[in-house]
Amino acid sequence: MDFYFGLAQIIGVHTLLGLSAYIVLLTGQVSLAQAGFFAVGAYTAGMLTVLAGWHLVPALGASALTGATIACAIGFPALRVKGLMLVIATLAFGEGVRLFFFNFDYQIARGDIKVGPLGGEGFRQIRFFPEHGWTTGEVMLFIWAFALAAMALLWWFDRSRYGSVLRAVGEDELAAQSVGINLTAVKVSAMTVGGAIAGVGGGLYAHYTTHIEHTSFNILVATFALAYPIVGGLRNVFGTLLAVIFVQAILIEGLRFLGDWRNLLFGALIVLAMNLRPSGFLGARRRA
Amino acid sequence: MLELQALSRHFGGVKAVDGLDLKVAEGQIFGLIGPNGSGKSTTVNVITGLLPPTLGRIVFRGRDLASLPTHLRLRAGIARTFQNIRLFGQMSVWQNLWVAQNSAEDQARQGFFARWLGGQAGVRQEISQLLEFSGLAHKQDELAANLAFGEQRRLELARAMAAKPKLLLLDEPAAGMNSEEIGQLRERILKLRDGGVTILLVEHVMELVMGVTDRIAVLNFGQKIAEGTPAEIQAHPAVRKAYLGGDQP
Repeated sequence: MDFYFGLAQIIGVHTLLGLSAYIVLLTGQVSLAQAGFFAVGAYTAGMLTVLAGWHLVPALGASALTGATIACAIGFPALRVKGLMLVIATLAFGEGVRLFFFNFDYQIARGDIKVGPLGGEGFRQIRFFPEHGWTTGEVMLFIWAFALAAMALLWWFDRSRYGSVLRAVGEDELAAQSVGINLTAVKVSAMTVGGAIAGVGGGLYAHYTTHIEHTSFNILVATFALAYPIVGGLRNVFGTLLAVIFVQAILIEGLRFLGDWRNLLFGALIVLAMNLRPSGFLGARRRA
Repeated sequence: MLELQALSRHFGGVKAVDGLDLKVAEGQIFGLIGPNGSGKSTTVNVITGLLPPTLGRIVFRGRDLASLPTHLRLRAGIARTFQNIRLFGQMSVWQNLWVAQNSAEDQARQGFFARWLGGQAGVRQEISQLLEFSGLAHKQDELAANLAFGEQRRLELARAMAAKPKLLLLDEPAAGMNSEEIGQLRERILKLRDGGVTILLVEHVMELVMGVTDRIAVLNFGQKIAEGTPAEIQAHPAVRKAYLGGDQP
């Protein structure tokens, strides 16, 4: 059973990662910065529970806040560029964050061991869950409470005028600004919400793996974040969830029996999925 | 209402608009005509801020617009339609109008708390009126991309009106329409004017321009070659030359 709980934990965290890219993608922006916000959230929550002795819930709040703040701050300069330039700019940001943590040391002595981030060695012993005696099932439920909250939030956005404004910007920026929509405000706000969601996801990730290092937040993570909403489609948040389940449960776990052939099939199946459903599992509504 | 002072927009060596002076009075329907490539659409894009002017000033209700970005020009009261229809195709007709309610008063009303305090009723009622006005009430849940061409044009006009503009810039609204549709468009334009909207009509279709405008300016190669009432313009030799070809006067 623990295997399935563990898988559900991964799916929950990756759903948060995917949703953080989903809302940015609604405005037509392709961002590879989500892994950076995820990393910031992971280190923030980890340091607060391990070094400062906080409870995890307020630590996750701090993760959301730092993720949102950094997303907002990089949103202004980054969103001035478009298309491929934005991809490169956000990629550079994500790599910058990763390299920051590669060099980041902040350790304090706890008894006879030292705890805290240690550069390339990573940040070990993020032991909030085992120290508090949480079972795998409880951790899974805890993670899913946040994943469902994020899904509910974005679902509500989608139903509100704000969601329509996001989509209007995504469809046609020229027309959107001509009907009075403030492009900068809309794009930066989407980036900020995405940063908060990725921050929470990162905080949860740090605690269920108990060990994070800079390679946990590389370009592959950023690519996955972006791939989920694209493979899942942008009609609503469930597309992203479906894509996470497809990738994590079916492609990664389900095909394990194939051994080394898995990676080959993995790529082929994603290509196949995109060919069969070009606008995602739950694509945007299309011409009748 | 709107005044262009020596407005120029150059693209490299091409003077798309070159020293244009124009005065549109409140309540007028002002026609802007000219052959293809004479700078009409560029003028609209400069007025709405999509293109910065190379030289010159745009004054709207006594205020220089130079420093205002496009979305604030809309809130100041200038709305437009596009020559090539630019709807939000994957959104419903109703949503297209919803996101376009961005007038200064709507900014207050669409605010987070205002919406919870029951501001939605007025919003819905206004959208219903716009749908009624454009004859699209029965299509409100249809995707904009699925509408017929004429319906898309009507929706775009309604979307521009959703911001309650004081000045409406129509960029070739009759392009591709048949006679009957042009007749309906004329009715709508007159109705809007009677409702207090000033209109700058950029158009090729003489049937519409001559029948509806109070005053017309003619552009050729970015410069104004004539201005006057429709009757004066029809009789103007330079205009006939520009449209029919021939030597420069």
